[in-house]
Parts: sequence; structure tokens; C-alpha cells
Amino acid sequence: MTWADRISPTVKAIPPSGIRRFFDIVAETKGVVSLGVGEPDFVTPWHIRESCVYGLQQGYTAYTSNYGLLELREEIVKNCVASYGVTYDPRKEALVTVGVSEALDLAMRAILSPGDEVLVPEPCYVSYKACVSLAGGVPVTVPTKMSNGFRVTVEQLEELVTPRTKALLIGYPNNPTGAIMSKGELESIASFAIKHDLIVISDEIYANLTYDGTHTCFAALPGMRDRTILLNGFSKAYAMTGWRIGYALSNPDFIGAMTKIHQYTMLCAPITAQVAAIEALRHGQCNMLRMMEEYNRRRRLMVEGFKTIGLDCFEPKGAFYIFPSIKQTGLSSLTFAEELLKAEKVALVPGDAFGASGEGFVRCSYASSTANLSEALTRIGRFVKKYI
Amino acid sequence: MRELLELLERDHTLTVAQLAVMLDRPQAEIAALIKQYEADKVIVKYQTIVNWEKAGADRVTAIIEVKITPQREVGFDAIAERIYRFPEVRSLYLMSGAYDLLVIIEGKTLKEVAQFVSTKLSTIEGVIGTTTHFMLKQYKEAGVILEDEEEDRRLVVSP
Repeated sequence: MTWADRISPTVKAIPPSGIRRFFDIVAETKGVVSLGVGEPDFVTPWHIRESCVYGLQQGYTAYTSNYGLLELREEIVKNCVASYGVTYDPRKEALVTVGVSEALDLAMRAILSPGDEVLVPEPCYVSYKACVSLAGGVPVTVPTKMSNGFRVTVEQLEELVTPRTKALLIGYPNNPTGAIMSKGELESIASFAIKHDLIVISDEIYANLTYDGTHTCFAALPGMRDRTILLNGFSKAYAMTGWRIGYALSNPDFIGAMTKIHQYTMLCAPITAQVAAIEALRHGQCNMLRMMEEYNRRRRLMVEGFKTIGLDCFEPKGAFYIFPSIKQTGLSSLTFAEELLKAEKVALVPGDAFGASGEGFVRCSYASSTANLSEALTRIGRFVKKYI
Repeated sequence: MRELLELLERDHTLTVAQLAVMLDRPQAEIAALIKQYEADKVIVKYQTIVNWEKAGADRVTAIIEVKITPQREVGFDAIAERIYRFPEVRSLYLMSGAYDLLVIIEGKTLKEVAQFVSTKLSTIEGVIGTTTHFMLKQYKEAGVILEDEEEDRRLVVSP
């Protein structure tokens, strides 16, 4: 028996990350213009970094409460009330986590029993299905389509819900598609959740990057506050990806259960990141808006760019990704990405890294300078011309 | 339109077509706006910022605090004009505080700059006194950090 044989079957069953595989290929190539980056190209605003440095100078280096610094939880709740009109008790209904990544993992582990099903619309963030599986649950894929703007519908959900369905995991604005859902559309989803008595886990990490109308917070919908585990953080809004700081908001039972796991596995999120996060919430609005405006300008460039290239592309209204279809070229997503990399040294992520529904698409991040984006579009155009 | 001006200030090589897409406005409107701004001197100049030290050229920059006596009817403007007409004068500002004018001079050598101050600047009628500071190192110019190669430290591909 090899060491590999002794690995947990649950872990073995999780397919390797499509991103990881492609990353290894790209890492070998020099001089690449990368549209494959899922994080802001802005450095964390200086005032936030400075508050962390100051905190360290003052000696903020010890453990915090498992729930996170109360001061931070209070700011999180204040921000939630101001932005979305939904409130939580910062002492019992808020948990500061090591990124939304940890919050998602905790949510799954807190609510799932072995065999519980979780509806997961695809294409979706790479961690979603893996977190469900790791928690002993069964991810049930709900394929969304470009023709419907990659939005999940009640009809689709009704077809796939079973007596074993425990929860619905949604993430809008969406990574990788850039799709958003309107208030009305989300209200239908909310009714569906109530009808089948499901828990909803709503990953709203890209909430502030909404370019059409305002973001609808799922927990703010009628009847959804206690039923939803709301996840959000600082990575995208405040360019704090590497800090590893996020949070979950929900009813005290769910938060209590999540905290129980968190206290044993993490103890607490890094105090340095928590201190910085307080500063971000208190004074980071201005920079956050400027970044959002900059992304929006780039978004328009990308939409126009792909139109010119001639690829079928759904106009993304959120996050910082565009998800054009490459079906016209006749190539698979991975082949397109690999050949493009070879021929033009442009990296983007094959859509099937985000699930089977992503096959035939590629994800292009516009978290990059205008100059890089223009250059990438020129090269992609040149490449695509060979096939269409 | 403020956003247009901010974008051009950051990067004047952006084309009208690109600006139009980014700002979600028709090209004709953007082109007309730019022309109007240029005519009104809202857009004063399109400039290239050069790191002369890297280019290997000898440059000495001095910042001079000038105290002057304001003149009847014209205040500081007449003297300011006499100073800024010199091509060596790169920038000139009227300031509040301990002195009146801040003059930024550029020359090839320290001697050249010092000579300019003593023979051409200090001698202007109305100039009471000057204090010259020589610039030793340029870190940041017009919003651009010169040395810090802001490299992209991010992973090339990430979810």
C-alpha cells in the first residue's frame, strides 16, 4: 500500500483543481499577459496597511475572541445595516473568519450531515463543490446558461431539489461569469428556499462590484435573514486578498455552530488582518468606490473588445470577470487556453475549471491595467481570427 | 467632464475610441469635449515625464524660496511674470507662509543654477531675498513613483 492509497477517499474523490493545472503551465512561460488573475491589481490602500503597521507597533499580536474583535464585528454589522438594511447582533450573529473561504467551509461543516444535498449553480467558484464534499455532503450541480445570463432559475432548482436537499449555495455577483441577479429574481429564489425549507448560503464577496443598479443582499429579502448564512469579506472591495479575512452573518445557532468548529481549527482570524479590516470599514469607502469605477471602465473596454473580436459574449454586470464563449472556434476551453498561451502568451482560465457548464467558455479577469487589457485583446483577436 | 480629465491626466495616450468605451459615451462627444478643453486651456498640455537620471543626462534641480515686495496695482503678478518667462524656470507658485514665490529651476550643473539665481533672479526689481535648496533625489513626480518598479507580485493564475 502506498502513501497515496492511505489518503481519505473523500479527498481522493475531489477532482484536481482546473486552475492549478493551468497555473502550472502558465508559470513555465515567460512574458505572459495574464487575464487569469482572480484578485484585484490594486494594492491594499495605504491607510489600511498603515493601520496594521501601527497596530503591530502598539503590540496587537495576541489571540482575539474566537468570534473576532468585537470592534470589528460591530463595524461589520454597521456596514451591513447601512449598505443593505439588514442587521445582526454583533455578539452572537457575526463571525470573523480567515477569508470567505473559511466561512464557506465552516458553513458546510456546521449544517451538513453525511449525504445531505446542496444545490450549486454552475459555473461557480472552484471551492463550492469541494467544500460541500469535504463536509460529507453531496453537491448537486444546477447548470446555468449564457442565454439566460448565467442566472439560476426556480424552474431549474425545482427539477433538481429532492427530499435530501439541505441547502442552496449561491454566489452573485458571480465568479467566473460576472452575472448578477435582480431583486425580483432573487425573491423567487427566496420563495423556493422557504417552500422547501432550505438553508441558503450566499457568497456576496463581490457585492460592491455591481455595475447595474444596486446589489441585493440575499439576507435582506423577506423571510431570509435567519435562513441565510451571509458570507462577505474584504478581499475584493478593499484589495485585501492576501490578508485572509472575511466574515459570516446569520442566526445565533448557525454562527454558534460555525464558531465551535472555528475555535478548534483556527482559534481566531489573524489579529493584524482584523485591525486592518476595522480601518477598511471605517475609512475605506472612497478608495473602494474609485476601484469600482476603474473596474467598470475596464469592463466596458472588455465587452467592446470581445464584440470587435467577434466572440459571443454575455455582458457581465458584476465582479471583474468576463466569460466569452469560444464555441465558434471549435476548440475546447482547455485547448483554446493552451494554444492561446503558446501562440500569443496570453493567459486566461478555461471555463471548465468552474464546472462542466463552463466548457466552451473562458474566464478573462479585467483586474489588470488598461494597457495590459488592450494588449491582451489585440493578441486574442489575432489568435481567434485563425479559427473563425 | 471630470472623469475624462482624470483619465487623460493619468494617461494621455488613451485614444478617443478607448475613452468613449470606458466612459460609455459616443466618440463624437468625447472628441468634442477634448477639443473644447484644449481650447479653453483646461487641458493645458500633454506631457511625458522623463527620469533624466536614468537617461544619463546631467540635470540639477533647485527649489528657490523668493521673497518679494508686491507692486502697486499688480501685486505679485508682474514680478512673477518676469521670473517665469525664463526658460530655466520649470515651475512657479505663489505661496502662503514665510516666503512669497516658490521657483523650481533646472540647469545642467550646480554652478549654472547658482549663477542663474545670483545674476538673473536675485537682481529682479522687487526681489528682496532668495533661499536656494538643491534637490538631491527625486522619488515621486506628478503622481508617479520613479524607482519603485511596482511589480505585479500576484500569482499569474488564481481562482
